[in-house]
Amino acid sequence: MIRLERRPSPSRMWTALTPVMAVLATMIAGGIMFAALGKDPVEAIRTIFWDPLFNEQFAAYSRPQLLVKAGPLILIAIGLSLGFRAGVWNIGAEGQYIIGAICGAAVGLALYPLDSPIVFPLMVLAGALGGWAWAMIPAILKTRFNTNEILVSLLLVYVAEQLLASMALGLLRNPEGGGFPGSRNLQQYDAAANLELFAGTGVHWGVVTAFIAVIFAYVLLSRHLLGFQIRVAGSAPRAARFAGVNPAALVVICLGISGALAGLAGMFEVAGPAGQITIDFNSNYGFTAIIVAFLGRLNPIGILLAGILMALTYIGGELAQFMLGVPAAAIQAFQGMLLFFLLAVDVLSNFRLRLGKPEAA
Amino acid sequence: MTDSLLTLDNLTKAYPGVVANDKVSLSIGPGEIHSLLGENGAGKSTLVKMIYGLVKPDSGRMTLHGAPYAPAEPKAARASGVAMVFQHFSLFEALDVAENIALGMEKPPPRRDLSEQIRTVSHAYGLPLDPGRRVGELSAGERQRVEIVRCLLQNPRLLIMDEPTSVLTPQEVDILFTTLRKLSAEGTAILYISHKLDEIRSLCDSATVLRLGKVVGSCIPAQSTAREMAEMMIGTSLKTPTRPAGEPGEVLLNITALDLPSTSQFGTSLRGVDLQVRAGQVVGIGGVAGNGQEELLSVISGEACVPTGHITFKGQDIGGLGPNQRRALGILSAPEERLGHAAAPDMSLVENALLTGTLRKGLSRNGFLDWTATRAFAADIIDTFDVRTPNADVAARALSGGNLQKFVIGREVLQAPTCLVVNQPTWGVDASAAAAIRQALLDLAQQGAAVVVISQDLDELLEISDLFAALNGGRLSAPRPAYGLTLDEIGLMMGGAHDMEVAHV
Repeated sequence: MIRLERRPSPSRMWTALTPVMAVLATMIAGGIMFAALGKDPVEAIRTIFWDPLFNEQFAAYSRPQLLVKAGPLILIAIGLSLGFRAGVWNIGAEGQYIIGAICGAAVGLALYPLDSPIVFPLMVLAGALGGWAWAMIPAILKTRFNTNEILVSLLLVYVAEQLLASMALGLLRNPEGGGFPGSRNLQQYDAAANLELFAGTGVHWGVVTAFIAVIFAYVLLSRHLLGFQIRVAGSAPRAARFAGVNPAALVVICLGISGALAGLAGMFEVAGPAGQITIDFNSNYGFTAIIVAFLGRLNPIGILLAGILMALTYIGGELAQFMLGVPAAAIQAFQGMLLFFLLAVDVLSNFRLRLGKPEAA
Repeated sequence: MTDSLLTLDNLTKAYPGVVANDKVSLSIGPGEIHSLLGENGAGKSTLVKMIYGLVKPDSGRMTLHGAPYAPAEPKAARASGVAMVFQHFSLFEALDVAENIALGMEKPPPRRDLSEQIRTVSHAYGLPLDPGRRVGELSAGERQRVEIVRCLLQNPRLLIMDEPTSVLTPQEVDILFTTLRKLSAEGTAILYISHKLDEIRSLCDSATVLRLGKVVGSCIPAQSTAREMAEMMIGTSLKTPTRPAGEPGEVLLNITALDLPSTSQFGTSLRGVDLQVRAGQVVGIGGVAGNGQEELLSVISGEACVPTGHITFKGQDIGGLGPNQRRALGILSAPEERLGHAAAPDMSLVENALLTGTLRKGLSRNGFLDWTATRAFAADIIDTFDVRTPNADVAARALSGGNLQKFVIGREVLQAPTCLVVNQPTWGVDASAAAAIRQALLDLAQQGAAVVVISQDLDELLEISDLFAALNGGRLSAPRPAYGLTLDEIGLMMGGAHDMEVAHV
């Protein structure tokens, strides 16, 4: 009989090892799923994890895509992880991402065709403020009326989606677009475009910001009092109050940071890879970032690696759809498995497995 | 031994890394009240758990009524006539007395019969109980009665009681002892675990002393002094805290007509609390747990804010200041609940040193943390207060309760408070470390600090307090000089027997 025994202190080795185990378990379970779908499991796994980086035919396109996809995931996940560490559950990053994109694009479009270096910084500011403001709704409702931030932030995603559709069809629609939904393409507006900074790498301003956010979060959590307060509040709320932490202020700060970063991600996306506001502009980065945050153990460096891994499954997944005809739902299930296994093996860092008969305590 | 009811023969039980019981032998005769003495971690709990069938011994034998006895589970122990009253009650507050008792029975009789039985048995033993009352409305003493009556309904031959008086006032203790003596006279043996040596001297026929899992001696309590027994428990001579007499100084902390509505369903509201603490003074606050102790601490620590005009420090109103603003003024505190309140369980001792020490120890500059200084502060606490830990990086939850308590108290004392309030400062701490903590509190007072000690240990309060007051139902009695107070007077300050009927036996 197998039973679990609580470790006196969490094991550092297992904390580092469990994500690797989760990835391996996902590969095995995913392989079985692909086999059940009638695909060659080895080939499917190779297509997802290997080909995007090393296949001669695809790598030239896929490799820059890796950072293009990982950038927003990391940026959003870093913000979310601060909240998750403090026990503030912002599930609505997708909504903040959309609002950030709308605000950023709106500023750019309003200034069109002004050719000034001020345009892009203004858009960045507007994107961050938009995401921040959208996140302040659950923050204020929670601190004032004690509503649940999980529900409020999640439901606001659907509000943001409706707003996005209305913007794409109405206010922000391209006047020269022949009546088609969608805004002007910002990539064709030099002062507002978020272009690739180094050719062939996929690095744009959003990726740079994501790397800065990783460093910022790392320093905050390990060296700064606010980071310490965030960690105490999450691990022992009562001890945090005893230590003088104001829980309401922490809710506002954490939701504010994660909202602003999600808004930035949305703004960089709309000005760069996506180029324009469309009805289906959002692509679930905000939700996938939750997985990335946990896959990275809410640790900034871990999130950096997890974001790249998750981007890989995105690109590889598309490749597998395209090359092997794997259904899109199977790729989503595959990503879901990753989170599932991660949470399942997580138990090992706090407990150890013991074989044998249980003993009455 | 032919006249023995229960004999333990070389019982051994080892857990990974520690031998909880090492060849423990003892015997209890019918009707004997036998005390099990020892510090925390001496192995008392493991021993009674083996007798009650909760833990299986690794080796050794037990004999009950001359027949081999090896209960596989508590059900078997109960069937053999062994019953146990735990320190922590296992009662459902939303159910009434009879329902709670029925839940613990294998085959509960119909409700009406059971109620009748409860009434009969509880009256016969001087522990009157109304079977229809909701447990949530009962006092701690009455809840304990429910547990005892639950045991008595099984006609036990051996009753095990684990720290039964820790939640009782002196008057309630007297009622309990009358009942236990009556049980003993009828031939029921009682195995009695307690830290309170004076109680043991008045109640118990014999005592076995455990230290580090081994039997280190036995004695007849009535013929030994409390000091002799304590020294047998700890294995060295006990140092009594000393306090040179000094004149108290100016009033530092002044609480007047303070009300604090309870924020939770099971909390206690503070009502009209008045308290003045002078420099150099130790004020002891007694009372049964749950009568407003936590709330009083939170009002002083700053976790609970109150309107202006009710609490001042050196003449400055501090009702609206938060914990850190009060720390800046020199008001520090150490709450009762170590894991999760005074310390963050999953964080290291270094991080826990930072928890309250940031401000007064200057552990951060412009918001950036100085880990080197924090590490040095943690090491200082560990050294000065003899905290037993492999290093300062282990999680707080890995420490034993007593060691963590030493760390928590040390953390506050080493920040040189002007006013310190502690709740249960020596709870779970062994006797010599408890003496060291009390000495540290007295030293603080001597250096001119105002010290408030909230505790359930009356002996501790009488030992170190200048003034004594008691909390009862959220009200604080008027403080009286602690010197010369009798247990009877203290008991009345704590609320007497909480209107429980006295035993008629």
